[in-house]
Formats: sequence, structure tokens, C-alpha cells
Amino acid sequence: MLITKRVEFSASHVCRSPLLSDRENQELFGAAANPYGHGHNYAVEVTVEGNPDPVTGMVMDLKKLKDVIHREVVEVYDHRFLNHEVPPFDHIVPTAENIAIDVWQRLDLHLSKDGSRLHAVRIFETPDLYVDYFGGAA
Amino acid sequence: MIRITRKYRFSASHRLHAAALADEQNRELYGKCDNPYGHGHNYEIAVSARGPLDPRSGRILDPALLDRLVEAHVLRPFDHRNLNEEIPEFRNSVPTTENLAAEIFRRLETHWKSAFPGNGPSLEKVSIAETPRNIFEVWQIHGQA
Repeated sequence: MLITKRVEFSASHVCRSPLLSDRENQELFGAAANPYGHGHNYAVEVTVEGNPDPVTGMVMDLKKLKDVIHREVVEVYDHRFLNHEVPPFDHIVPTAENIAIDVWQRLDLHLSKDGSRLHAVRIFETPDLYVDYFGGAA
Repeated sequence: MIRITRKYRFSASHRLHAAALADEQNRELYGKCDNPYGHGHNYEIAVSARGPLDPRSGRILDPALLDRLVEAHVLRPFDHRNLNEEIPEFRNSVPTTENLAAEIFRRLETHWKSAFPGNGPSLEKVSIAETPRNIFEVWQIHGQA
């Protein structure tokens, strides 16, 4: 069984790779390469897989799930300039794809225990663009 | 595994009426959707592509390239059209949202490699909401692509 918790945060970022020239960055990322940065209202959907506990009837205590996501992700990301304030984005481009992988890494240890398993992280960069990461090789 | 999804919208009209069935049977089967004058929907489609992640850009694909592909092969031909009258594939098949989803998947699949050559992203899924309550999905079966 899968359960999903959704949270939101707002942050700014720049999509530029230090491995590329200014011109290449501009070509690859367009408006997102603006060095001053720009922002999004991100939404994060965290899906945990498990069987309902026979006593509590819950896959996982939703309050605990919410607390973990807030502590490990929202408090780290919310109202930050990701490139300057949230490692590893000092050296990795903070695309929605890389944010999904980073959020997975921040949560996996806390959520894959006591019989449940982190199943997916979905990052909405806008309501019309989202990325799903299921762990493993991307 | 990593996957990106982008949503698009178009508006179109259609009529559900199977040529192989009698008028009475069509009315029974499709109800109001069989109205001979047709009716319309605001369709919302979601196109999903599966990685690999490009290590250079940190992305699965350039969303602008996906926009161009969907614009050219789906939005431009379908938006503000009568699907039965103006889309050749629906001259002989009923433009149910199942058939529409399959047709959109087929069009994107046909042109996918010219937009994303090499071992880049692959088309994973097309989902269409005919209304916010009716949603249809077509998935790529891996290993047969």
C-alpha cells in the first residue's frame, strides 16, 4: 500500500553548470540561467510503501511523516537561494531532477525503516512540470 | 528511475458514435455523448518521459524541446478542432478519450526520436483528463519499445 504526504516550499535558484561556458548555459537553460536567480513555489509529494500495522491500521504515522519531511526538507529549502544556501547545489545544478534526488537522499534513512520503505519523491517546480524519482540509478 | 512530466491543455469537440452500431444502440451506449451536433471538452494532457539524467545539464530533457514536439504534433492539430471531422484517424474510429490518448501517444512516439535522438529520454506515458473527473493513461511497455 502507498501513502503520500504533500508539502510546499518556496525557493530561488539559478540553472547554470560551472562546467559550461556562459553561452552554453544560456543555450541550455534559457531564462533559467539568469545569474540573479528566480523562484518557484515548489510542492513535494513523498510516497511511502508498506502494510498497515495490524494494531494501528496505519502504514506510517502521518504526523511523524510530516515532521520528518518538515525537518529534513522544508526547514532546509524554504525561502532559500538553493545555489548559495543548500548543499549540494553549490556544485550541482538545482534542476527539479536533482532536487528530487537530493530530497530522496535526505529522507530515505528516516522513512525506510520499521517495515515501511520510501517509494517515490515527486517535485513540482510549477503545477505543470514535475519530476518523479524512485531511487537507484537516475 | 527518474521521470519528468509536463502538462498541456487543448480544447476540442467530439461526438461518440460507432458506425458499426444502430442509432438506438449508440444512444444507449454513449448517452448524451452521442448528440449529433457534438460537444466539447477542455482536455489536459500530461506527457511523461523517463530518464537517464543528462549529467551535463542535470536534467532528463530540455522542456522547450518537449514543448515544441507537443505543440507541433498535438496542440496545433487538435486545439479548437472537431475531432471527428478534422482528425483523419477519427474518420473511422470513435474519438473516445481512450482512442484519443492512444493517438496522441502514437504521434509523440512517431516523432520522438527526431526530437530526442540517441540514448536520451524515452516516452513513458501519456495521460489525458477529459474532465477533471475522467482520466485515461497510456503507458510504454518497456522492452518492446
